[in-house]
Amino acid sequence: MLRIRLAGDADMQWSWIPQNWSIIWPYTLDNLLLGLVPPLIGLVIALPVGIACVARRWLYPPVLSLSSAIYALPSLALFVVLIAYTGLGNLTVIIPLTLFSLCVLIPNVVDGLRSVSEPVRQAATAMGFTQVRRLVQVELPLAVPVVIAGLRVAVVSSISLASLGQLIGVSSLGYFFIDGLQRDFPTEIYVGLALTILLAVLCDVILVVSRALLTPWARGRRIGPSPRLAWPVAGR
Amino acid sequence: MSFLTFAWDWLKSPQQWQGPDGIPSRVLQHLAYSGLSLLIATLIAVPLGLLIGHYGRGGFAVVNVTNIWRAIPTLGLLILVVVLLGLGVLAWLIPLVALAIPPILVNTYEGVAGVDPELKDAARGMGMTSWQVLWKVEVPVAVPLIMLGLRTGAIFVVATATIAAEIGVGGLGRYIIDGLASNNYGEVAGGAAVIVVLALLIQLVFTGLRRLVVPTGLRLQARSSR
Repeated sequence: MLRIRLAGDADMQWSWIPQNWSIIWPYTLDNLLLGLVPPLIGLVIALPVGIACVARRWLYPPVLSLSSAIYALPSLALFVVLIAYTGLGNLTVIIPLTLFSLCVLIPNVVDGLRSVSEPVRQAATAMGFTQVRRLVQVELPLAVPVVIAGLRVAVVSSISLASLGQLIGVSSLGYFFIDGLQRDFPTEIYVGLALTILLAVLCDVILVVSRALLTPWARGRRIGPSPRLAWPVAGR
Repeated sequence: MSFLTFAWDWLKSPQQWQGPDGIPSRVLQHLAYSGLSLLIATLIAVPLGLLIGHYGRGGFAVVNVTNIWRAIPTLGLLILVVVLLGLGVLAWLIPLVALAIPPILVNTYEGVAGVDPELKDAARGMGMTSWQVLWKVEVPVAVPLIMLGLRTGAIFVVATATIAAEIGVGGLGRYIIDGLASNNYGEVAGGAAVIVVLALLIQLVFTGLRRLVVPTGLRLQARSSR
């Protein structure tokens, strides 16, 4: 069964890239979109949910159980479940990836808010901050490093999971995997893999830089816990 | 018609429950692929994670390598291996094992590296050797995280084994890939329903397993600190 490819056969054919630039670019953009939209929607939902979980402690355990159950589901299974409702469009990929992003982001928002020390909170209250103002001006900014750590996991996972959308015909870099398989053409697969990883690393770097810009007080200091756990409930 | 109607119509037909393409044999296949991959990954990742965590060298590399790993698209890796090596056992085993190693490795490492240094000092002060510190102190304290890593690895492997149907491997993903190819949404829905149930059951098993193997001392401590 084992087949060893002849040298050369498995080599990268660099000329394929410029010749096919006109299809590489749109698929890359589609993949980027599918990788960025779900974590952003996820963040918009995770912030209020996380804040609620911190304010009402009893809420957090059930939310956590639910999200870890969702997290266990294979993304392909979720895609095809949604086909019945949202058809073969982008939404069918965006909804599951948003759910997965939530599974990572909610615990990080909660941890981030809880990491704000009691003396800091009391100082804000003593300065006459209302609860809302304390949340917006003190607690949320201090939670930024932990939240961004979660966002990094969500973005990188979404970018790499987006390629699975191609299995149900939603355009992404997964196109090059499936086309490469059908044509038995390794170059296309190398390009798809390299571009997916490149996109993920690029977005990751942007998030790291934005964390530094958003938390100038933390510069030069290693702040906060290391990204919650490298694999809180990560990818699939 | 909703997903559930499609799934139910397909599932209730007796022919789905017998023969080599039937649900029972597909479930067994799926569990065999996943179980074997997880076992090999565990045998590699746990000892490695223990050593790196114990000696405190290479931890930075572990965390960074596993972070990059998350970016690797599973479909691309599966297809690359099958195009380079041809369809055989290695075609699914290599990617499945490779993808299950990072979560187990990093959790084992973090578990051991995160053990309170004073606890280790105390153990050494009691005259324990380096190995005894590892086995009697670090491993028990790290067990919750190691179990979390195993659970994440299992989730990963079950999901990836589903996708492996695209490269022509058996298992439950067959229903989805074949159903999509033949425009038979009933089969797709039925297959997805079985996979969802299986994934949730596996999650439950690992949650139960974690309860069983976490040392009583840690559980009491967690309860009192709550």
